[in-house]
Amino acid sequence: MSAPTVTARRSRPRLPFPIAFAMPLALVERNARAGKHYWLTIVSGFFEPVFYLFAMGVGIGALVGTVEVDGRALPYAVFVAPALMATSAMNGAVYDSTQNVFWKLRFAKLYDTVLSTPMRPVDVAVGEISWALLRGLLYSTAFLAVAWAAGFVTSPWALLAIPACTLIGLAFASVGMAVTTWMTSWTHLEYVQLALLPMFLFSATFFPLSTYPEGLQWVVRATPLYHGVDLVRGLMTGDLHAGLLVHVAYLLVLGAVGVAVTARRIERLLLS
Amino acid sequence: MNDDAPLIQAVGRRKTYGAFTAVDGIDVEVAPGESFGFLGPNGAGKTSTMRIIACTSPATGGTVRVLGMDPATDASRIKAQLGVVPQEDTLDNDLTVTENLLVYGRYFGLPRATVRERAAELLEFAQLVDKRDELVENLSGGMKRRLTIARGLINTPRILLLDEPTTGLDPQARHILWDRLFRLKREGVTLVLTTHYMDEAEQLCDRLVVMDSGRIVAEGSPRALIREHASREVLELRFDVADHAERADDVAGIGRVEVLADRLLLYVEDGDAALEQVTARGVHPMSSLVRRASLEDVFLRLTGRSLIE
Repeated sequence: MSAPTVTARRSRPRLPFPIAFAMPLALVERNARAGKHYWLTIVSGFFEPVFYLFAMGVGIGALVGTVEVDGRALPYAVFVAPALMATSAMNGAVYDSTQNVFWKLRFAKLYDTVLSTPMRPVDVAVGEISWALLRGLLYSTAFLAVAWAAGFVTSPWALLAIPACTLIGLAFASVGMAVTTWMTSWTHLEYVQLALLPMFLFSATFFPLSTYPEGLQWVVRATPLYHGVDLVRGLMTGDLHAGLLVHVAYLLVLGAVGVAVTARRIERLLLS
Repeated sequence: MNDDAPLIQAVGRRKTYGAFTAVDGIDVEVAPGESFGFLGPNGAGKTSTMRIIACTSPATGGTVRVLGMDPATDASRIKAQLGVVPQEDTLDNDLTVTENLLVYGRYFGLPRATVRERAAELLEFAQLVDKRDELVENLSGGMKRRLTIARGLINTPRILLLDEPTTGLDPQARHILWDRLFRLKREGVTLVLTTHYMDEAEQLCDRLVVMDSGRIVAEGSPRALIREHASREVLELRFDVADHAERADDVAGIGRVEVLADRLLLYVEDGDAALEQVTARGVHPMSSLVRRASLEDVFLRLTGRSLIE
């Protein structure tokens, strides 16, 4: 064996460039192959937000008429479609990174296997989260197409709602996966739903933020879904302003923290 | 690193979990092409030792070098050249037999074409060509274990680590597996295995260490260990008594006596001659058996306990 050509300057092992980047992709590839065996479940994930869109937008929308947001009157369907798109990005990401990851971590022992290869904890975190994002990308794109066809999209900036939803997915998938590393039983997963439901209902999803009294508005503003909803709504209704960058920054930071915590936790759980 | 340098080197290796010491200062060295075994009962620290070598558990003391590198800093680089066959089945149940090999190869960053070619060879080796497109949950225990070994070979490793490779398999499946491992050994693959089966250690290991409570109590080739710590033959005697210790005095002086719950063991050079001596004293056991001494006897001698309780 020849001497190692790359000297490790930091304590972490450095792999040659192409391998280092390809590592998390191996896990994405694994999930894609496994997904072929349950493709129907994957396809079914598309329908829930679309059903909501028509129930809320068309059904409730007929009763509500228009909603006043920042001085603009929006038809209810136009108002609610971005929120549903953002919510489905959240739900999809959380489902993949909690239920599926919990199973793989505690029962299937997938990551024990993966970590006996050159894959590192951070590759596991990035790989799983990337997969959740790819799956979410599929749903976001399909949802946007349906909303567009139904006439609920009023601006070409709406195309940016797809990467925005990927960003929402990143924030929720990484935090979801980090939280999952502390879970030890299925009941703990119920608490996730307990956190998601109020966010789904109250993050300026179904009614504007101005409906709340001043104090509550700040509570809503602190939740990640609010930032996602407001970002996607701004893009889909063509209401671009600097505040959208704050949302982007908020979600990016959350995503980065989530990935870092997840990698650390996996290392502690499986490499000790 | 030259070709004869030890592949695994450990000095004073320790592993503690809180107050519990799983591995208490172990020195081992494994040479290339060698088949090396860790023998001991459950809880002896074998799996902890394997995890340290596999770089999935940092040693809490001592120095360890695997392939000349330090697991603390070069884990990924070491793992790239190891094959790992864990004790539990950790195959990917969401995938088919072939996919298990392909996907695992990708975890090593190997190109798709290489992995495909290697997977085809390994399916042959593991005698699983007929099952290639089955989901792994439809395989028998023996097939799963063979697939796990095939999976561990996907990266053409320099060392194959096997943790209890045949535990839980029926005798026929064990023999098929041993046959496959022999083939690897002949091809020059370095095998490092743990086992609590004596026959397995005797069949597969060139050299082994006997572990008990996190320590090494003996080291050598199976034959040397038997020669050193046991005798050539063993005479087993069963009596119709509740406590065999009562009858130990009756056979004293013929050979070293070991009292077990259900029988007496006499360590002697010639078992048949010893049995004649016993009967000449007017002692008539309910049943008797003469056999070759095995590693089981070595373990009993060294620790005062049976290996499988």
